[in-house]
Amino acid sequence: MSLFNVFNISGSAMSAQSQRLNAVASNLANADSATSANGTPYKAKQVVFSATPSASPDASGVKVLKVIEDASPPKVVYEPKHPLANEKGFVTMPNVNVTEEMVNMISASRAYQNNVETMNAAKTMLLKTLTIGQQ
Amino acid sequence: MLNKLDDALSFHQNALRVRGQRQELIAANIANADTPNFKARDIDFKAAMQNAIAGANQNANTPNKTSAMHLDATSSSTPSFSGGLGEPLFRKIAQGSVDGNTVDMDVERNQFADNSIRYEASLTMINAQLKNMLAAIQGS
Repeated sequence: MSLFNVFNISGSAMSAQSQRLNAVASNLANADSATSANGTPYKAKQVVFSATPSASPDASGVKVLKVIEDASPPKVVYEPKHPLANEKGFVTMPNVNVTEEMVNMISASRAYQNNVETMNAAKTMLLKTLTIGQQ
Repeated sequence: MLNKLDDALSFHQNALRVRGQRQELIAANIANADTPNFKARDIDFKAAMQNAIAGANQNANTPNKTSAMHLDATSSSTPSFSGGLGEPLFRKIAQGSVDGNTVDMDVERNQFADNSIRYEASLTMINAQLKNMLAAIQGS
């Protein structure tokens, strides 16, 4: 029955959006991490969404195709007292754009809410369907 | 007799089926609002409904054959019907986006609410028809 598939579709979108929110959280948390486990500054992570076939051939769900590292250049700040500063006094900082991440965060949470509402609507419809013929 | 009862309810039954399918499609559009190159799709409700009714009539009039010796009940000239609700169409683009996604959240939310109200309207109609039938049967 097609209405049940709405749960799968919205559920897939919710998990994809929460992964996006996860990436945003990681980026914002590491916005000032000048170094990481491999010695290089943190690189911003971005998720790539892809439509994926669901139980019905016409309607598709969402999945996170891959998590990519942002290719934009790192920020270079002048801070001679920083232990990681080079001989000219510049430190390479992560390429996290905080403004972009905030926008990303709002977009992800709104998209998540939309899907929650979709799911609730489908649930109401199904429950109403179950009451057919009841007095 | 039972066929008559079935006929009375079949219109709204088909309507619910098509509405359910449409709800699923719109849910998929909302789910893929951030997927690059995703194209929003919807069904032509009128055509889908006509298909559904035609399919239901065809099925109702064709008895199952349990033996190869059985004769065809209907004339063989009637076209065979797939029973599908029709291919979903792509939605017209009002405001395109850079990533090739054509989901317009305003339109989708609007259609989603509209579709669920109409679904519930069909449910109400079915319930009313059932009540009418009960009244006729019980006569009280």
